[in-house]
Amino acid sequence: MKIHEYQAKAILRQFGVATPQGVPCFSVEEAVVAACDLGGDVWVVKAQIYAGGRGKGGGVKVARSLDEVRQYANEILNMKLVTHQTGPEGQIVHRLFVEQGVAIAKEFYVGMVVDRSSQRVCLMASSEGGMEIEQVAADTPEKIHKVFIDPIVGLTDQQSREIATKIGISEQGIKEAIPLLQGFYQAFDQTDASLSEINPLTLTTDNQVIALDAKMNFDDNALFRHPDIVALRDLDEEDPVEIEASEHDLSYIPLDGNIGCLVNGAGLAMATMDIIKLYGGNPANFLDVGGGATAEKVTEAFKLMLRNPKLQAILVNIFGGIMKCDVIAEGIVMAAREVQLTVPLIVRLEGTNVKLGKQILEESGLTIISADNMADAAQKAVTAAAAES
Amino acid sequence: MSILINRNSRVMTQGITGKTGQFHTRLCRDYANGKNCFVAGVNPRKPGENFEGIPIYATVKEAKQATGANVSVIYVPPPFAAAAIDEAVEAELDLVICITEGIPVRDMIRTRYKMKDSKTVLIGPNCPGIITPDEIKIGIMPGYIHKKGHIGVVSRSGTLTYEAVAQLMEMGLGQSTCIGIGGDPVNGLKHLDVMQRFNEDDETDAVLMVGEIGGTDEEECACWIKEHMQKPVVGFIAGVTAPPGKRMGHAGAIISGGKGTAQEKLAVMDACGIKVTNNPAEMGKLLKSVL
Repeated sequence: MKIHEYQAKAILRQFGVATPQGVPCFSVEEAVVAACDLGGDVWVVKAQIYAGGRGKGGGVKVARSLDEVRQYANEILNMKLVTHQTGPEGQIVHRLFVEQGVAIAKEFYVGMVVDRSSQRVCLMASSEGGMEIEQVAADTPEKIHKVFIDPIVGLTDQQSREIATKIGISEQGIKEAIPLLQGFYQAFDQTDASLSEINPLTLTTDNQVIALDAKMNFDDNALFRHPDIVALRDLDEEDPVEIEASEHDLSYIPLDGNIGCLVNGAGLAMATMDIIKLYGGNPANFLDVGGGATAEKVTEAFKLMLRNPKLQAILVNIFGGIMKCDVIAEGIVMAAREVQLTVPLIVRLEGTNVKLGKQILEESGLTIISADNMADAAQKAVTAAAAES
Repeated sequence: MSILINRNSRVMTQGITGKTGQFHTRLCRDYANGKNCFVAGVNPRKPGENFEGIPIYATVKEAKQATGANVSVIYVPPPFAAAAIDEAVEAELDLVICITEGIPVRDMIRTRYKMKDSKTVLIGPNCPGIITPDEIKIGIMPGYIHKKGHIGVVSRSGTLTYEAVAQLMEMGLGQSTCIGIGGDPVNGLKHLDVMQRFNEDDETDAVLMVGEIGGTDEEECACWIKEHMQKPVVGFIAGVTAPPGKRMGHAGAIISGGKGTAQEKLAVMDACGIKVTNNPAEMGKLLKSVL
């Protein structure tokens, strides 16, 4: 799960990470009032969307008067912000964050992820603040420094000092950087974060160390113990189809193609997309109905796929283990009764109760193209979709 | 032989009284030598009771002492599953197989940390389990699709492993042992650990390795194979079409920062002398071709 910058900063502040003073706003008037209350003579008006690259897309502006705050808030609020992470369709800005301006002397990058090899949280830091870390990693990997954190001991003073020194934080700044980095790790650990970034972390002209931007993602599997974080979820930022899928406990990701896939198991679902592509077609979605799917769940899955205007065929690929083929077959029949099946349906069933499943489909009288194996199914789906277009 | 488990393994089920635990314990007990293998269950609230004749103990330690069980399979719900692994590790079992899906990564980091000097081997979590066909099955895979033979199978996913096994069977190829290592980012055995065991197993002639996007486990395994493996290995990686930044079902299946793509993995495997296919329908055929 993702949250907005202002929400991430509020969490980080609880753990002792310094940030500029700021106020989240939902209207232009609120933004002007916020700037007034914050005081000073420089403010930053920032679009709040989950995607990165907001500055380049025109979603972050420095205002030097209240009039400018009003002007920029007006421009940014409700704009369709396009960044390299939103894709060409962009994301409508519904929230602003107005912050006090900061006099920057130097910028750094710090981030945290779970490192799979060492099975620990990894703190990454770089002198190249404000840049995209992927780019730094590709161009100048020697500028990225890493520390692997012992889960029992936590981030030590020595580790913090070492990494702060390596990225070039001055001796005056280090005194502040050590507790900041430790707070950053505490926040990551105690909220079950999966990724967290402060980019840039800034050293101000008066030697304060401040998080100028912040990003936090959380482990979905741990949200059950963080109701406060779940409450921060902003549905405006999520694809409505994905929200609906998650309500039915389906793992669904829309893609660009025209062949819908309904599969049990994530690995097989990916492989099904791959084989469609291999035979010259294009998958319309990733969809894993999971091991414990019911006929109702399969019906919901069909409804989701059929809502896609580009859809020209549906491929069902099931290898029954826990999931029984007859349950899937019942779901298909139920779905076909509830919703108009407007595209060819190709079904490949294998595994537990396969005979019963095939029998249910035959007796239903539905027009189904049945396939003997995965390759056969993919070829038939590609041919059927091509005939529709 | 086989790897990790055989007809002489003695298994306890942690979470035997839950719906999933009951269902799969029954199927495992009914498979091949399962009746002799599945000797105990654990539930702290139901010691002294039994599940269809399998005695239930309050703790893993008690179950081990009473029955000699050296292996545990875990179906405990996600919030408590890491603690269940910890308990099995503290009781010094040889092997723990955690089927549970959805354990927080933070819990697994701590559990793996506590295991670092332990002799206990962990498979999973979020995995289908392990099977040595016609001897013993520990996990949720359908037993009947397998047959005893000489091909080792290691995979991160469940149903894609069944697909691979079905393709082997079509070629008339049975399996020595099949292992699903699971789709989570922090887990127990990795491809490399399993490959080393297959290399040393007399009953295994060749290995089918099925991977997916995310992480670098497959690459690390491929580099090891290049230097040490004395048997043919073929491979497939799922997720060539997966978009970056999206979690494809499994928590670990995500392309992040341009890393962990299927193309990259296939290229490394190919360079290390592993025959790879980009067609998931040809895994069986490819393996047959290297024998």
